Amino acid sequence: MKFFGFAAGIAATLTLLSTTSAFAVTQISWWHAMTGANAEVVAKISKDFNASQSDYELVPVFKGTYPETLNAGIAAFRAGQAPDILQVFDVGTGVMMAAEGAIKPVADVMTGAGMTFDKSQYLPGIVGYYSKPDGTMLSFPYNSSSPILYYNKDIFQKAGLDANNPPKTWNEVWEAAKKIKTSGAASCGYTSTWLTWIHLENFAAWNDVPWATQQNGLAGGDVELKINAPIFVNHFKALADLAKDGTFKYGGRTSEAKQIFLAGECGIFTESSGGLGDIVKSGMNYGIGQLPYDSDAKGAPQNTTPGGASLWVFGNKSDEEYKGVAAFFAYLSKTDVQEYLHQKSGYLPVTLAAYEATKKSGFYDKNPGRETPILQMTGKSPTDNSKGVRLPNLPQVRDIQNEELEKMLAGQQTAQQALDNAVARGNAAIKEALDN
Amino acid sequence: MGNAWIAREISLSARIVFPNKILPYLLVAPQLAITLVFFYWPAGQALYQSMLRQDPFGLKSRFVWFANFRKVLADPAYLNSIKVTVVFSLATAIVAMVVALLLAVMAEKAVRGKGLYRTLLIWPYAVAPAIAGMLWLFLFNPSIGSLAYLLRSLGIAWDPLLNGTHAMILLVSAAAWKQISYNFLFFVAGLQAVPKTLIEAAAMDGAGETKRFWTIVFPLLAPTTFFLLVVNTVYALFDTFGIVHAVTGGGPGKTTETLVYKVYNDGFVNLILGDSAAQSVILMAIVIALTAIQFRYVERKVHYG
Repeated sequence: MKFFGFAAGIAATLTLLSTTSAFAVTQISWWHAMTGANAEVVAKISKDFNASQSDYELVPVFKGTYPETLNAGIAAFRAGQAPDILQVFDVGTGVMMAAEGAIKPVADVMTGAGMTFDKSQYLPGIVGYYSKPDGTMLSFPYNSSSPILYYNKDIFQKAGLDANNPPKTWNEVWEAAKKIKTSGAASCGYTSTWLTWIHLENFAAWNDVPWATQQNGLAGGDVELKINAPIFVNHFKALADLAKDGTFKYGGRTSEAKQIFLAGECGIFTESSGGLGDIVKSGMNYGIGQLPYDSDAKGAPQNTTPGGASLWVFGNKSDEEYKGVAAFFAYLSKTDVQEYLHQKSGYLPVTLAAYEATKKSGFYDKNPGRETPILQMTGKSPTDNSKGVRLPNLPQVRDIQNEELEKMLAGQQTAQQALDNAVARGNAAIKEALDN
Repeated sequence: MGNAWIAREISLSARIVFPNKILPYLLVAPQLAITLVFFYWPAGQALYQSMLRQDPFGLKSRFVWFANFRKVLADPAYLNSIKVTVVFSLATAIVAMVVALLLAVMAEKAVRGKGLYRTLLIWPYAVAPAIAGMLWLFLFNPSIGSLAYLLRSLGIAWDPLLNGTHAMILLVSAAAWKQISYNFLFFVAGLQAVPKTLIEAAAMDGAGETKRFWTIVFPLLAPTTFFLLVVNTVYALFDTFGIVHAVTGGGPGKTTETLVYKVYNDGFVNLILGDSAAQSVILMAIVIALTAIQFRYVERKVHYG
């Protein structure tokens, strides 16, 4: 409370500052966590929206990293100074969903403003993830991403690998990584951002194996993690073995490894499709492949789950503000806006129309690989294992997983021990959170 | 520290009597108001929060008395962070003081440019903790750090991302580096207070430089050293959040998760407010205890030249 009070105070001051200049138009505040190329997209979309009409002024405010933005939103809510729109990352979805009294479902915002909201126009995999079990859409998917494989074509050529044929299975990745290392084409073969999201959550969905019980938590109730099943253990055993001689290089818990790949240290890289903007900017001779799957998994490849973030609308705002938010969401759904967002940032288009339009424009022919994340997510209709994962305390559970995986990569414990510990500690934390 | 100084000054001087009954209260009122708003009110909130179990948005809450404290104290992760904090604080205090003393002695010996050396050595104190952390992180980042590259070419498998000991070394270096200037300042002042006559007399008696230092200068510096030990420990305990946040984020595993960092992590990342508040109340108790020790023992025994 001590800290929250302070943060809320700052938030309140900022809000006051931003509202004093509003006279004629209704201001809509949007707190976001976008940096780099993606921050430019936010700025452009906001500017264009403001220029497109004169009733509302959208004010985007950068609030730090994803967790910092979520916390700023929560602190501001507790102080009675919540913004209209808050960008919340996928992991925070469970937290927001549990706060029914604090938010207003996007579906209600749209219909309340007299707009028809046709869910069928949006990509089903994404909309499903941000909806309640009864189908009510709770938040607006702003930036959806999917993990894909990037590779450095120059390093592939130097190592004698086929630069037009990225590895498809994890075994092929391991082999290619070893070849890159032993041939001296690069000092490391493979690196990855977000081990928890890519190697646990999406690994499970893509290989059609459960990450946890209760449809990975989507069906609610008492959830138990399943990530110490043999398929996970074998996968991490291979990864830990490669880490020993530096064939696999660990970069950190979130997206730090991107620097390693951009610096040309590693040849192969798994990362969110949303990371594409920076890779394009770097001017690297890169290639894109599907997220690798486990060749022992029967249903693989199934489909990947949405990552990224969505926009939540806070409750207890004026009708005017809700109308403005609805107008903005309607603007965001426009095909040309979605096309711009998708092509500039690497995030997925959220409407089917934008996807079709991008396809027709020949963008994918000119930029092979850019369609990969969409095909990955929509190629097959999702199973109970691949609709996404949801926990009231997913940030904490990911933290636990990261800690155990780091100990494993440092050689202090085996893959089996790491995953057993992650399951035991994770389950205890989930029980505790449900008890709150 | 300021309060300690004032307390000592008052106890030393003769008793002052104010004829006006209201004026003294008016004079201390602003200070009291600040203490009330910035300490008692938030501290009271923390105390109340530490006995609640609440969802992040504060929509539901339940009064649980001391359950949060029981839970925190039984948590192996909390006991681990106590251990981490003790190691980190002692290492930081010792490194910061030893290096500062060495530099102070060397700077005193310089014949020319004494002032320049001093100014340069005091500069790092003006650097914000998070920036100091980033600086060291860049130097020692395994992928992009220039010094990490040097270490690797020396055959050291430098990897603070996975090796807990390396991470701790990096953290202590950054934290100590920032504190060296402060210690340097005090040691220089302490050294100047050592009577030259004593040193010259010892020199005439044939005592070498090392002997003069250990038998005369160092004992006379004891009060300064003692004072700095307390200040440095408090600094390492409570003032290093920015550095931990920027350099390691508590990882790898939980090898660098200090008590303060855990309060933040449980409260802001994991959103378990009750646990976090309970931990900050425990921290508050530690600060109160440390301050009491400083007042009772250190302030009395330390002789300021």
